[in-house]
Amino acid sequence: MSAVLRVEDLSVAFHTRGGTVHALDRVGFTVGAGETMALVGESGSGKSVTAYAIMGLLEAAGRITGGRALLGETDLLATDLSRIRGRRVAMIFQNPRAALNPIRAVGRQIADVLLRHGGATSGNARARAIEALRAVGIPDPARRANAYPFELSGGMCQRVMIAIAVAARPELLIADEPTTGLDVTTQAVVMDLIQAMAVQTGMATILITHDLALAAERAQRIAVMHAGHVVEAADTATLLTRPLHPYTARLIAATPTAAGSLDALQSVPGGLPDLRGSTIPPCRYAARCERRLPACDGPLVTRSAGDHAVACANPLEAVA
Amino acid sequence: MRAVLLRFAGAIPTLFGVVLVTFLLTRVLPGDTATYFAGPTASAESIAQIRTSLGLDRPLPEQFWRYLKDLSHGDLGMSLTTGQPVKTELINRLPASAELTLSGLLLAIGIAVPLGVLAAVRQGSLIDHACRVVTTAGVSLPVFFTGLVLVYVFYFLLGWMPAPLGRLDAFASPPPQRSGFYLLDTLLAGDIETFRAAAAQIVLPAATLALFALAPIARITRASMLAVLGSEFIRTARASGLSGPTVVITYALRNALLPVVTVLGMVFSFLLGANVLVEKVFAWPGIGSYAVEALIASDYAPVQGFVLTMAILYVLLNLAIDLVNRAIDPRARRGA
Repeated sequence: MSAVLRVEDLSVAFHTRGGTVHALDRVGFTVGAGETMALVGESGSGKSVTAYAIMGLLEAAGRITGGRALLGETDLLATDLSRIRGRRVAMIFQNPRAALNPIRAVGRQIADVLLRHGGATSGNARARAIEALRAVGIPDPARRANAYPFELSGGMCQRVMIAIAVAARPELLIADEPTTGLDVTTQAVVMDLIQAMAVQTGMATILITHDLALAAERAQRIAVMHAGHVVEAADTATLLTRPLHPYTARLIAATPTAAGSLDALQSVPGGLPDLRGSTIPPCRYAARCERRLPACDGPLVTRSAGDHAVACANPLEAVA
Repeated sequence: MRAVLLRFAGAIPTLFGVVLVTFLLTRVLPGDTATYFAGPTASAESIAQIRTSLGLDRPLPEQFWRYLKDLSHGDLGMSLTTGQPVKTELINRLPASAELTLSGLLLAIGIAVPLGVLAAVRQGSLIDHACRVVTTAGVSLPVFFTGLVLVYVFYFLLGWMPAPLGRLDAFASPPPQRSGFYLLDTLLAGDIETFRAAAAQIVLPAATLALFALAPIARITRASMLAVLGSEFIRTARASGLSGPTVVITYALRNALLPVVTVLGMVFSFLLGANVLVEKVFAWPGIGSYAVEALIASDYAPVQGFVLTMAILYVLLNLAIDLVNRAIDPRARRGA
C-alpha cells in the first residue's frame, strides 16, 4: 500500500513565558491512499498540534524543531504551503459555524476556494459552488448559496466546510474533531458524508478525535497519542483486540460499548505530565503507568511487529 | 426603508430634549442679552426697553412656546450681534465646517485604518511601535495646541503654508456655490488654481483634526484586526490556501471594520466638538466659531440653532452608521 502521507520524527515546541513546552516529540505515522487513519488521544495529547504543524498553521509561538512530513515527494515542513493547502491537503474543524466567515455568503466562500484552486472562473464560480453544495447533500443549494453561516444549522455548516475542503479534490483531508458539538444523528450523517467524499475522490483522511469508539467505527488504522508521543499504532481491529501499550488498554477500558455496563467503565488515572523544560521523563506515560519498570527510565524505543508499533519498555505482550 | 423611518421617529424625542435643554441652558447662563446689546453706555431704561422688545421679560414657558412656534416654521430666530437670521448664517457657514470635519475624518481614516491593519498583521514590528507612538501622541495633545504648533512650524518657521486666515486667501475668489465645499466646487468649475488655494488653506486645520481622530481609529482597527486574525474562520481561510491579500482584506478586514465603523460615529462627534476650537485657531468661518462668538455675547438664538444643528447632524450620522453596518454585516440586516 502506498503512503499518501508519511510523518517522521515530527517535533514541535512552544516558546511560552513559563518556559519551552515540548508539545510533540518524534511523532511518526503513515496514512495510506484512500485510507482513514484516526489520531486518538485525550485533550492536550498533541493531536491538533500535529495537524496544525502539517498544515503550517501553528500559532506564532510554535516552532517545528525536527522531522519531516512527506506528502508524496513533498516535505510539507520544508516547503511553501500556500499552493498546497486547500489544493493537496485540506482541513475541516470542529465548531463549523465559527470556522466559516460570518459575514460572507457560504456560496461565495466555496467560490473563493474554487477560484483559487479549482480552476473556476468568475463566470462559473457561482454555478460550481452551488454544484459543490449539492454534492455535500444540501437541499435547495441555489438558495442556500446565498445564506450566511448564522442562518444554517451546525450540521449544514459542517457540510459547507466539507464542500470547501474537498473543492480542489485534495489527496489528504484532515478532519479535526469534525463531529464534536453536533448532535448524535448529525454526527453520523457528517461522518458518512466525509467517508463518501473520500471514496468518491480517493482521498485519504486523518480523523482527529478523542472518541475511541468513533475511531473504531470509522478508521482502518488508529494511532494513539499521549502527551506528544504516538504510543501505539496499528490497524483498528488489532489495536482494539490486542492492545500492546498500557495506555491504549486503559483507553479501551474507558470507552463505553453497547454491550458493556456503565459500571465497568474505568477512568485513566493521573494526568498529562508537565511538558516544560528539559526534565521530561523519556516515557511520558510512566508516571501514570501501573506496569512501570526501571527500564522505563531509559530511552524510549518504538518497536514494531508488522505495522503494529508500540513505544513501551514493558508492553502487554512481548513484541518480536 | 421602514427601519430608516423608524429610526427617524425614534430621534424626535431626542431632538425635542435637545431643544428644551439648550433653551434652558442659554437662559441660566450668566450674562444678559439686553445689557450686552444695549452697549456699555446705555441707561437702565433703554436696557429695559430692549428687554421688552426682545420678549425677554416674559415668563420662561411663554418664551419657550414662542421659540417652538418659530421653530415649527423653520425660523431659528435672529442673531442680535450680526442682525442676520440664524438660519441663513448657519446654512452659509455649515459647508465650511462640514468640509473641514469631513476632510479631517477622511484623512484620519486614510492613515489610521492601514496603520492599524499593518500594526496587527506585523505585530511587534517597527510599524506596530510607530502606531503606538502616533496613537499616544494623538490622544494626549489637545487640538488647539497641535493646531498652533502646526501653524508655528509650517507657516511661521518654514513658510510652506499660507496664513491661517480662513478658507481662501485674499487673492482668490470663492467658486460658484454648488455643494458649498470649496474643494469640490472648484473642481466642478474646473478651477485648478482656486482648488490649490483652498487645499492649501484646509491642509493644516484638517491635519489638526486628523491627528486628534487618528488615535481611536488606529487603536480600534489594530485591536479588532488582532481579534479577527486569531479567529477560527481565518484559520479556515488559511487552511483553504486562500491568498494572503484575500485572507487579510476580504476575510479579516471586512469583519474587523464592524467595530471600527461604530467607533467612527463616536470619533465624528468628538470632531464636531474639536471643530469649534480648530475653527477659532484657523479663523475658519464655520458654525463652530459662529457659535462661540454668539455664546460670548449671550446671543441665544445662534447658540440654540447651533446646538440643534449639531444634534440633527449627530442623529443623521448615527443613522448613516447603522446603514453602513447593515451593508457590511448580514446579521444586522436580518436581525432587524
